[in-house]
Formats: sequence, structure tokens, C-alpha cells
Amino acid sequence: MTTITRRALGLLSAASFVALSAGAALAQDKATIAVSIPAATHGWTGGVVYHAEQAAKEINAAFPNINVIVKTSPSATAQVSALEDLSASQKLDALVILPFTSEELTGPVEQVKANGTFIAVVDRGLTDPSIQDLYVAGDNIAVGANTAKWMAEKLGNEGKVVVLRGIPTVIDDERIQGFTDVMKDTKIEILDIQYANWNQDEAFKLMQDYLAKYPHIDAVWANDDDMLLGVLEAIKQSNRTEIKYALGGNGMKDVVQMVMDENPMTPISTPYPPSMIKSAIYMVAGQFNGQAPMRGSFKLDAPLITPANAKQFWYPESPF
Amino acid sequence: MTATTLATPEPARRIRWADMGPFLALALVILIGTAINSNFVSGTNIANVVTRSAFIAIIAVGATFVISSGCLDLSVGSMMAFVTGIMILTMNRLEPSMGANAILVGAGVGLIVGALCGLLNGLIVTVGKIEPFIATLGTMGIFRALITWMSDGGSIPIARSLREPYRPVYFGNVFGIPLPVIITLVVVLVAAFVLYRTKFGRRCTAAGSNADVARFSGVSVPKVRTMAYVIQGLCVAIAAICYIPRLGAATPTTGALWELQVITAVVIGGTLLRGGKARVWGTVAGALILEVIANLMVLSNMVSEYLVAAVQGVIIILAMLAHRFIK
Repeated sequence: MTTITRRALGLLSAASFVALSAGAALAQDKATIAVSIPAATHGWTGGVVYHAEQAAKEINAAFPNINVIVKTSPSATAQVSALEDLSASQKLDALVILPFTSEELTGPVEQVKANGTFIAVVDRGLTDPSIQDLYVAGDNIAVGANTAKWMAEKLGNEGKVVVLRGIPTVIDDERIQGFTDVMKDTKIEILDIQYANWNQDEAFKLMQDYLAKYPHIDAVWANDDDMLLGVLEAIKQSNRTEIKYALGGNGMKDVVQMVMDENPMTPISTPYPPSMIKSAIYMVAGQFNGQAPMRGSFKLDAPLITPANAKQFWYPESPF
Repeated sequence: MTATTLATPEPARRIRWADMGPFLALALVILIGTAINSNFVSGTNIANVVTRSAFIAIIAVGATFVISSGCLDLSVGSMMAFVTGIMILTMNRLEPSMGANAILVGAGVGLIVGALCGLLNGLIVTVGKIEPFIATLGTMGIFRALITWMSDGGSIPIARSLREPYRPVYFGNVFGIPLPVIITLVVVLVAAFVLYRTKFGRRCTAAGSNADVARFSGVSVPKVRTMAYVIQGLCVAIAAICYIPRLGAATPTTGALWELQVITAVVIGGTLLRGGKARVWGTVAGALILEVIANLMVLSNMVSEYLVAAVQGVIIILAMLAHRFIK
């Protein structure tokens, strides 16, 4: 406890010293927004990095009085160090953070807040929600539930489906929970749910095994679009014709493209858009330019991506 | 002690049960599979499982050289992703001017890049005199970061017009035998010849058995080990050539943790992890055992999805114990 306060005090004094010596005039004129996100290690985080960098570029160009700095970190420990470096070298007016893990980042973010920094948390919440001024996240339960509702309706509330889940995490659990809860009220039988680690290769193998195990499958749900691509390849190879739908989720650009092309097997997707980081950065920027402060929690819906609205969810330049 | 066992001529006629271990284990796993689910022995399922084990098998053949020469390569999974990325980028670049021939050039480039990656590992280990574990741990990070950087964390897809002409390399077959299986067989036959019938093969196991003794008998241990790493790199590239047409893309998760599967396959197959003994056919059996077990975990309903990895671990340890006690 005492060490934490001491460290916080140290940070405070360091920050104020820097602010004083580095020219108070400049610091007052220009508001600094730091963005701390995980490094691109797979499709979705690749999208987060892309959208954060786009937002920084756009805001820096549009508002000369705002400076957005994006910092990526490959691990939770690295993210903690990044926070210390960011707040030690300059006065941060706001921090937009997508924490690697809730537990490890809560303390360090609290210390940044102690300097009077506005805190916006994206996607993964902190253990203590009172630290954040703004919270923007997607709705994983809705990702599962909306897909399940659409699928149940199209199958006429009966049939046999198989499910591929990702890596054992809260995100994965919530999507599966949303899906199975909706299916419980229908006559649809979930034949199997197994892990494929959000990995195309493993999804391909798992789908091959599902096809060998079950002579009749009406529909497939992979709870991430990366896995869906592996599933589709396995179905194509098997020449099985009874499978009516293979659906994913997350809004990967290749899959959104399929939706736009009105692909009969994958006519919809559900977004869990990495662009939420961009929304959060813009919301924070609003209060430094037009004095339009935003506080509170914002849960993004997971509306179905259909051929009609697919364009809104399609980022051809993004890696995801 | 190891030198004497190496020198003792083994009786040729008698069946060596210890060497049969991996094949008996494979037979046992297949028997259990047949009992658990009748779909297991269906032609499609067997073809799927054998075909998909081709990647690990081919890379593990290369690893048999590296391990038997007394080294280790942790970078194969990342190297595989990196080589895949380079090949796809090359093919896409050449596709407008060369059409489907770009696949052949891309594959050639892949082989060269793979060999160079292996050479890099080999030189760091032999000339740099760095422990293989640490050296390849370093290159593992480098290759993984390079593929992530090349793909911006997303994926590198192959050009659409190349998909169809390239597809048969994974999905095609000759007289009903899937093409990747034939490629694996060719790789294994060549490797078995090199390991058991050439001077290089004997030097390889000699270097792994006792480096000092090998040196005193005139074997250039660094040269042999570097060559083993180059062979490993070539095997990775061959696996990459078969891999690309399956999903048509390289991603930062391509080949993740394959190095562990490869090492497991080699050791289950009867090659000593500390070097000095190589069993190429055993390695292939090891790769098949791993894939069959994974396949059975999905086909059977007995194991909770949360415990699959634990059961796989137990089976691998049991297989190794059985191997020991059969002796």
C-alpha cells in the first residue's frame, strides 16, 4: 500500500517536473491523448492497431491542438511498462486503453488517473470500474445470441448444428452462452462444441472430424470468422450438400465480402468490430476540441451484417 | 558407453521389439479408435487424418536429422509461417506475368528461403557456438515477428487465380492416394537413404552420440550439424509447399506450437532426444499417432472438451513408458 502511494507520488512529481521544465505554454496549448493497445498478434488485434493508427492520423490532421500517440505492447507486462513510460515523459490529458488483462492493468491505470488523466477503457474492463471515465465495449453475448436467433429462424426451429469455439476465455464463454441459451428454447440439437483456438488450421481439422463423426449436419457456427474460413474449406472438400449454413462472427473483411456477394452458405455475420477503439478515440477527442465531453459506459450492439448494410462494416484496407 | 553400443553390430534377422514400439503403439491407437467409433475407419476419415499429418511428418523428418546430430530446433513452426508468407508474396507478385507458373517459381523460392533459414540456425549454433535451444528460441521469435509484420497481424492470402491450379497439391490424389501423402513418402524414402546408407547419415548420428569421439575419428561436427539444419529448413519448405493450397493464406498463427508436436513425434518415434540414434520411419509413426489421437478426441464423446489436452498428454506419456518397458 505504502509503496504504491510512494510510487504514485514519485510519478506525480516526475510528471509535474517534466510539465514545468518542458515549457508549460506548449503543454497547455496541445492536449495529449495516449492510446495503449495490444500489438498485432492475430487478425482482430491487427484490426485494432489499424483503426487506432487511422484515428490518430485523422485526428492529428484535423485538430492541430490535439496530439494522439499510439503505443502497442506485446504482453501485459510490456503494457504496464508502456504506461509508465508514457506518463513519465509527458503530461497525459487522456488515456485510451485496451487492457491485455483486467487484473494486471487495473493498478497501473489507477496510477495514471492519479495525475488527473481522463481514462477511457475499451473492450476488456478493469477490475475496478470506478477508475474509468468512459467505457466502450462490444457485446459478446449478443454475438452468440443474434447468430443463434437468425439460424433458428432459418432452420425452422429444428435441425442439427455443430459449434466451434475459440480459446478458453471470458469472451469465448459469453459467445457460447449467448448461442446455447437461445438454442435451448428451440428444437435444434447442438451435436458438438469443441475448441479450435480461433485458428484456421485447427478449425479445418475439427470440421473434417465433425463431418466424419456426424452423417447429417444442418448448420455450423464458428464463433470467429478466422475459424469460419477453415470450416468452409473442409465443407468444400467433403462435397457434403446437406449443410445449409456456415456462420462466423467478428466482421472479418473476407467474410463481410462474402455477405456482400450474397453467399448462400454465409449470408450474414455479426460484428465485434475492432473499430470500437476508433470510436473511443473520437469520443475522447471531442472534449478537447469542441468541449463535448462523454462519460459513461457504451455497449456496442451486435446487429446482423446483411447484404444491405455490409458496406458499413467493410474496411478493405484493414488487415482484418 | 554410447560409442560401444554404436559399434556393436546388431543381429539382423531377429525382430527388434524396441524399434517396433512406435508402430505397435500406432496399431493400438487405431484398434482403440475402431472400437470407439465406426466412422473412424471410414475411407474419408483415414484419408483426412493421414493427409493432415503430412506437415508434421515432413518437418519431423528434418528434425530427426537435427536431433540425432545432438541439436534441437525450436524455430520450425515460425519458420514454416515465414516461408509460407514469402512464398505467397512471391507467387502473387509473379502471377500477373507468369500465370500458374508462378506457383513453381514460388515453390523454388520457398525451398531456397527454407534452406537459408536452416543455414542461419546452423551457423548460429556451430560457428556462434550458442546452445541450440537458445539459438533457435531466438530465431523462433524472429521468424514469428517477421510473418506478423509482413501480414500486419492479419493474413496474406494467395491470389484468387492461383487457388484452383494450386489446390490439387493438397486436395488431389494419384491412384486414390492423396498427394501430400505421396510427397511425405518420397521425403521419408530419401531421408531414410541419406540417414542409413550414406556417410553423412552415419556422421550425423556419430556427432550426436559423442561429439568428441566423432571429432577424433575425423568427422567435422560443425559441418555435419549445419547440414542437418539446412535439411531441416528444406523439409520446412516442402511442408509449406503442401500447406499453402489447404487454406490459401498465411497468418501470424500459422504453424504456432508445431515445434512441440514435431519434437514429440520424433521422440515417440524412437529417436533419442539427446542424439545419437535416428528412426525416420518411427518419426512418421509418431506424427500419425499424434494426429490419430487428436482425431479420436473429437470422434469419441467420452472426453469433456475441457480435458482433451490432458488426455492427449497422458496417452503420449503412456506410449513412451510402454516403449521403455517393451525393451
